[in-house]
Amino acid sequence: MAIQQISVFLENKEGRLAETVQKISQAGVNIRALCVADTRDFGILRLITSDNAKVKAALSDSGAVIPTDVIAAKMDDTAGALSGILQILADAKINIEYMYAFTGAADLGAYVVLRVDNTPAAETILKAAGVSTLSDADVAAM
Amino acid sequence: MANYYQPEIETASREEILAIQNEKIVKQVKHVYENVKYYRDLMDAKGVKPEDIKSVDDIKKLPFLSKADLREAYPYGLLGTDLKNCVRIQSTSGTTGKRVVAFYTQHDIDLWEECCARAIVAAGGTNEDVCQVCYGYGLFTGGPGLNGGSHKVGCLTLPMSSGNTDRQIQFMMDLNATILCCTPSYAAYIGETLAEQGYKPEDNKLKAGIFGAEPWTEEMRRSIEKSLGIKAYDIYGLTETSGPGVAFECCAQSGMHINEDHFYAEIIDPDTGEVLPEGSKGELVFTSLDKEAFPLLRYRTRDICVLTREKCACGRTHVKMSKPMGRSDDMMIIRGVNVFPSQIETVLLNEGYTPNYQIVVDRVNNSDTLDIYVELLPDQFSDIVAENQKKERSLEIAMRTMLGIGPKVHLVPPHSIVRSEGKAVRVIDKRKLHD
Ligand SMILES: [Zn+2]
Repeated sequence: MAIQQISVFLENKEGRLAETVQKISQAGVNIRALCVADTRDFGILRLITSDNAKVKAALSDSGAVIPTDVIAAKMDDTAGALSGILQILADAKINIEYMYAFTGAADLGAYVVLRVDNTPAAETILKAAGVSTLSDADVAAM
Repeated sequence: MANYYQPEIETASREEILAIQNEKIVKQVKHVYENVKYYRDLMDAKGVKPEDIKSVDDIKKLPFLSKADLREAYPYGLLGTDLKNCVRIQSTSGTTGKRVVAFYTQHDIDLWEECCARAIVAAGGTNEDVCQVCYGYGLFTGGPGLNGGSHKVGCLTLPMSSGNTDRQIQFMMDLNATILCCTPSYAAYIGETLAEQGYKPEDNKLKAGIFGAEPWTEEMRRSIEKSLGIKAYDIYGLTETSGPGVAFECCAQSGMHINEDHFYAEIIDPDTGEVLPEGSKGELVFTSLDKEAFPLLRYRTRDICVLTREKCACGRTHVKMSKPMGRSDDMMIIRGVNVFPSQIETVLLNEGYTPNYQIVVDRVNNSDTLDIYVELLPDQFSDIVAENQKKERSLEIAMRTMLGIGPKVHLVPPHSIVRSEGKAVRVIDKRKLHD
């Protein structure tokens, strides 16, 4: 199952990230995972949250907010679990645009968030390989 | 194949045109001096009498009129005849300050419509054509001007006015429109909409389009021509001088012939007011030669362009003006190159961006820098860094092609550019701080 990530386009200005995160916490939403990408001109804040609708509403006047489908795959607590997942995708010629990891608050499991160029194909292949992935409901219940 | 509405005038020899102009300017200056106190005061202050103007060569002795004069004289200060002789007003949109209101007698309307008729015939129009006018009707000069010109040519005129694209397309297809008159951006939009509705360029009967009232590029011309299956012609004019039709493009599509029997054109240095020789880039100045109600002498258009008298393939002898490259009052000189915000705006619109941008000019190590900040629409932004950077690079290439110098483009989130009274601050020139 793919999950919905929220991406926020941020101006490269001091305090912009803090301000954005504060707005989200004021909306009473938990951030499950995040990743910031920085360039010369802008930042992109990518978020997995407990309530995306509330985040969109809270940030509606502060720039561009777009939803993207990503895969949150569970990694076994063994050495080489991540490289195993990456190898499965590489074998299937699926490109990874970016990825980041987080720990589930309830199960303390390790998850990797994958943004790929073909999400449905990646899901099918990971499922076939026995890798379990999170759904939006799983994320909300975390 | 060249077509003329008034061949004897449009292809007259240089000497004939000069003779017409010299005769008319003497009368026009006398008419203005006797009837327009505002301009009489300007002439008196400069010590110029009507008798001093014996030919168009003497026009350079006359004082200039600017937009500021028109605002100051609003509404009747530049009126050249009794109101009872006037039959119409037209007006500018007035987005920046007070509106300009221009007055017309029936003679002035006829003259204007005749100019538009020349433009339509130059685009291949005859009395067998169906001319769809989707410029706005009303105070804006676009609709009434082309409408009148279309009548004079004898085309079946579709007075559509602007907007309601589905209805435009329905009339265009059902009534076999052959000539389309509108702004270039609207023509592009009609082209896109036709394609979305499943029409191919050859499905319509259009053969030509007459597009003006906003800046557009050669790339835009080619794309409109392709999407509608037509030849696209430029037309120029401004409310102050009458409206569209002051100059128009012929089959050569390389500049617009100015209707020199009605309007005398000069190119001046915008800073010194000095008249520049043919071929120089500078501010376009118009002197009306035979208007009754709103005769403006040496009106500074603020449009920057080049005039040429090179022989034209179409056989017309009237001087040609290049497409305006920008406005004199917002021209920037960056690394020795003239850059206009309007050029940057044109690129952004052509590439599908919002016209919300900010230009920052600075000087680093004695070299000018040009940075353009462009607001993205939410759906134009990608969560993938490389995608956004690719957009920046391709905008930089398009800007370099248009401007002749390479800027740095920075994409920024919506609403991040500071606005003053609703309008974004377009240009920040930090070089002045260092000088
Ligand atoms: Zn020509």
